[in-house]
Amino acid sequence: MASTIAPIAPQFDDAVQQRDASNLGIWIFLATEILFFGVLFAAYAITRTQHTAAFAAGSRLTDLSLATVNTALLLTSSLTMALGVYAAQSGARRALVRWLSLTVILGVAFLVIKGFEYHADYVEHLVPAVDFSYPGAQAGEVELFFYLYFVITAIHGLHVFIGVVVISVIAVMASRNAFGPAYFTPVDLTGLYWHLVDIIWLFVYPMLYLVSRS
Amino acid sequence: MDHVEFFPAAASTVAGTIDDIYFVWLALSAAITIAIAALVVIFAIKYRHGSKADRNVASGEHYEHTLHRIEITWTLVPLIIFLAMFLWSANAYYQSAAVPNDAVPVYVVGKQWMWHIEHQGGQREIGELHIPVGRTIALVMTSQDVIHSFSVPGFRVKQDVLPGRYTTLWFKATRTGDFRWFCTQYCGAAHSRMIGRVLVMEPDDFERWLALSDTAGSMAAKGAARFRQFGCSGCHGPSANVHAPRLEGLFGKPVQLQDGRTVLADERFIRDSVFLPNKEVPANYEPIMPSFRGQIDEEQMLEIIEYLKSIENVPQGGQR
Amino acid sequence: MSSISVAQHDNYLTADFRLWSWLITLDHKRIAVLYTVSITLLFFIGGAAAAMIRLDLLTPYSELVSIETYNKLFTMHGVIMVWFFLIPSIPTTLGNFLLPLMIGARDLAFPRLNLLSWYLYVIGALFAIESLIAGGVDTGWTFYTPFSTMFSNTHVFAAVTGVFIAGFSSILTGLNFIVTIHEMRAPGLTWFRLPLFIWAMYATSLILVLATPVLAMTLVLIAVEHFFHIGVFDPALGGDPLLFQHLFWFYSHPAVYIMIVPAMGVASEIIGCFARNRIFGYRFMAYAMLAIAGFGFVVWGHHMFVSGQSAYAGTVFSLLTFLVSVPSAIKVFNWTATLYKGHISFEAPMLYALGFLGLFTIGGLTGLFLASLGLDIQLHDTYFVVAHFHYIMVGGAVMAFFGGIHFWWPKATGRMYSDAWARLAAIITFVGFNLTFFPQFIVGYLGMPRRYPEYPPEFQIWNVLSSAGAVILALGYALPLFYLFWSLRNGPAAPSNPWKAKGLEWQTSSPPLPENFLRTPVVAEEPYSYSTGGSTDG
Repeated sequence: MASTIAPIAPQFDDAVQQRDASNLGIWIFLATEILFFGVLFAAYAITRTQHTAAFAAGSRLTDLSLATVNTALLLTSSLTMALGVYAAQSGARRALVRWLSLTVILGVAFLVIKGFEYHADYVEHLVPAVDFSYPGAQAGEVELFFYLYFVITAIHGLHVFIGVVVISVIAVMASRNAFGPAYFTPVDLTGLYWHLVDIIWLFVYPMLYLVSRS
Repeated sequence: MDHVEFFPAAASTVAGTIDDIYFVWLALSAAITIAIAALVVIFAIKYRHGSKADRNVASGEHYEHTLHRIEITWTLVPLIIFLAMFLWSANAYYQSAAVPNDAVPVYVVGKQWMWHIEHQGGQREIGELHIPVGRTIALVMTSQDVIHSFSVPGFRVKQDVLPGRYTTLWFKATRTGDFRWFCTQYCGAAHSRMIGRVLVMEPDDFERWLALSDTAGSMAAKGAARFRQFGCSGCHGPSANVHAPRLEGLFGKPVQLQDGRTVLADERFIRDSVFLPNKEVPANYEPIMPSFRGQIDEEQMLEIIEYLKSIENVPQGGQR
Repeated sequence: MSSISVAQHDNYLTADFRLWSWLITLDHKRIAVLYTVSITLLFFIGGAAAAMIRLDLLTPYSELVSIETYNKLFTMHGVIMVWFFLIPSIPTTLGNFLLPLMIGARDLAFPRLNLLSWYLYVIGALFAIESLIAGGVDTGWTFYTPFSTMFSNTHVFAAVTGVFIAGFSSILTGLNFIVTIHEMRAPGLTWFRLPLFIWAMYATSLILVLATPVLAMTLVLIAVEHFFHIGVFDPALGGDPLLFQHLFWFYSHPAVYIMIVPAMGVASEIIGCFARNRIFGYRFMAYAMLAIAGFGFVVWGHHMFVSGQSAYAGTVFSLLTFLVSVPSAIKVFNWTATLYKGHISFEAPMLYALGFLGLFTIGGLTGLFLASLGLDIQLHDTYFVVAHFHYIMVGGAVMAFFGGIHFWWPKATGRMYSDAWARLAAIITFVGFNLTFFPQFIVGYLGMPRRYPEYPPEFQIWNVLSSAGAVILALGYALPLFYLFWSLRNGPAAPSNPWKAKGLEWQTSSPPLPENFLRTPVVAEEPYSYSTGGSTDG
């Protein structure tokens, strides 16, 4: 299929400059996201070091199977996203739309399962400040674990949601032939964002669900 | 207006060094500021637009080399001065921070917006601290609510007072008199009224003051009563039917924990054991101790600690 | 290059007069003007709070306002001045306006992100103003826990939200600047031919982009904890108030370099021009700003020497703080050396720049007092600290900002202002500033704590002197409003290069065309080639 050449924005001299600028821009943005999540990782690490036993107890109350399924879904979605970028690069419009749609479906599935997980936490009285009860002397510290659990997974989930929306928009644009080998920057940039969201989950998952579980 | 003050009284053993560092910085800063200002003024006049000064600038490799040397020099000279001052002031800090062995503890609980003091003998004060001149005093401090800070400018001491943990501050007054005491960490509406006076007295006067003060018994005695009141002796006493550590001879000794670490049984350890008992479980014991958060207040906790200090030299009874 | 006649082409101001065109503009110069208007407004709100503070402190008892109101005044003063004035000031006004011009570009890399930045700033400011109108916040701009999260019942949530949103404005500006400088320099404009103002924007943008996200997330944690009343900063459940301080200062220390590095860039431009001399040690100056930006990330614990932080941590932070002072010292020496064998004139921008030089020197030196571990115990949380940071941020950054406004006013507006009035304002500001803040060093060592509406009567004289200075300082800040606005209507038309300065921005018309240059310039000169001739025709 014929591919579209996007116009060069007036501030740029040529398409190369435009593409280089966009690439540098997205990498800087990804750096800001890493620092953004870094705060949560630091807060978690430090609080965990101060209350190791309680946090281990909290870990054991999380739903490992749902989280593992979610990890598989997200990893797969990164694969489909990468295949989408490759399709864009090759000018394969239908494949591009297919891979992007699949990525969206996997992302939505992640969020749905997360929803089930949150619901189960609520039923088990593990939602801090809203409905929390835990027997024993470390109730307060376990509540702190769940506070961090909800804040971290919710903020990550928000990023997944934003990604799903953006990829959907890109998929619609792709179906209208907006991209081709000469211009697929938005697909590329979105892919990078999605991979970062996945990588962040790869830190969140062991941190919350795996460490000291046994 | 009352009389004007320019400089605070120097009334402690560390004040001299702190003031020396201050004056050296003052001299260095004045010298550098005057030098820069003088150069700016001289250049501004000599090289003002239209003046007949010689503006021939050399060029070439030798000149560039000289310029480079100048840059390196005025990079290294400040660096060396800074490092010297760093070492001197870090050393002064360690003097101020390390509590001497002969220090007598006084307990401080800060709360919005007043200071509660309790001496070992049980004497209580609010907003006033009586101490004898020439004695090393170590304040063991905590907050009941937000972060406060204990500051006595005349002694050149200051330390934040935190909720949930103990911080310490020591000083030895070198003069009698009244010295201002401020809270120096913003803590809410009446932060500026959370002030007091440190009254440094001659030793005899201080003993007299102690004797005359109302007290319901020494802190350790009150602590012993609390120990029974809150049921501690139920598990930690001789007739307990629960496997709990005996606390005689515990304070100040190292404790082996379940996870293999060894910690010191200091004030912090005792407090955490009472409020966060699962945080550091001693080896060979189960994590069955309940938490007393919300039941014991900070002052009661300090009395219990004093009690445990009073039995720190009692040989441990038979372990169960 | 010959001057462009304004009559032949519309400039960026006259291209479209409708208000709507301003609100949807993508022109970096118009966005700079939008920012200038907004931050000026916020500056005067923050300044009003300062005026109330200094008036209340005339007497030892808080007789003008209640102590609760006083606490809200210093909080709002800090929040507004730090996040809604100083942090945006030079980068969003002078930076936005000049960056493309100085590198020969038509605009920034991402004009739409630039406009979004401004809207985010405005929305953030509206939240902050709402919190003010609704009754104010009393936590201090530092929001220490657990007071801000568990004890304060003022409008913390709104204020924190405002700062959070404004933070994204900062991040997008920084991102835009970095990409623009990397990708859009004119032919021949290598890195070491860049004006030092561009190096300053670059170093500042690195900090903006890396530090602000940390603040953003820390604010989220504060907001959640304040709302739900549980969190990791409250010891009641096992949290740690010191964790908040570490996270907060990890951003807020680099933030002060966001405030001063742009001022250093402005100072270099002005001093080079009015001394008509190469900046001494250009490469050292550029590297110094990068070093400040880098080292600035590892010194945050010097705000926490008496916080309960370990002595070892304190030692490391003290050493690193001394190291970060060295590049600033180098810059002061280099600016002074730039005057040597120059041809110096004393127009208003130069007076502001020289004022910056002196006051920044004093402010920087007093930072060394605070970096000294042992001495900091006496000085921490006293007026000594207040004086130190005002010397840098107000005596330094604000003076340089005013200098920059005066330097580039003809370029941006096409009008000349009265240099006599401007010089008077500069001198009044300098005198007023010193009278306001120097006594605070004295009363600080005496032990007068910060954030105190009431103080021992023996400290009154120093407070009265300081408040008297504040009146003079206020006059110095108010004056430019009059003669600068007057110049917009009545000032003589400005030529392209009224100061005969070097730099690409002076090679285009005053005011510039919407697209900046008719033809992309090609650069063959070293920067600041004043004494070696080269073109300054405009």
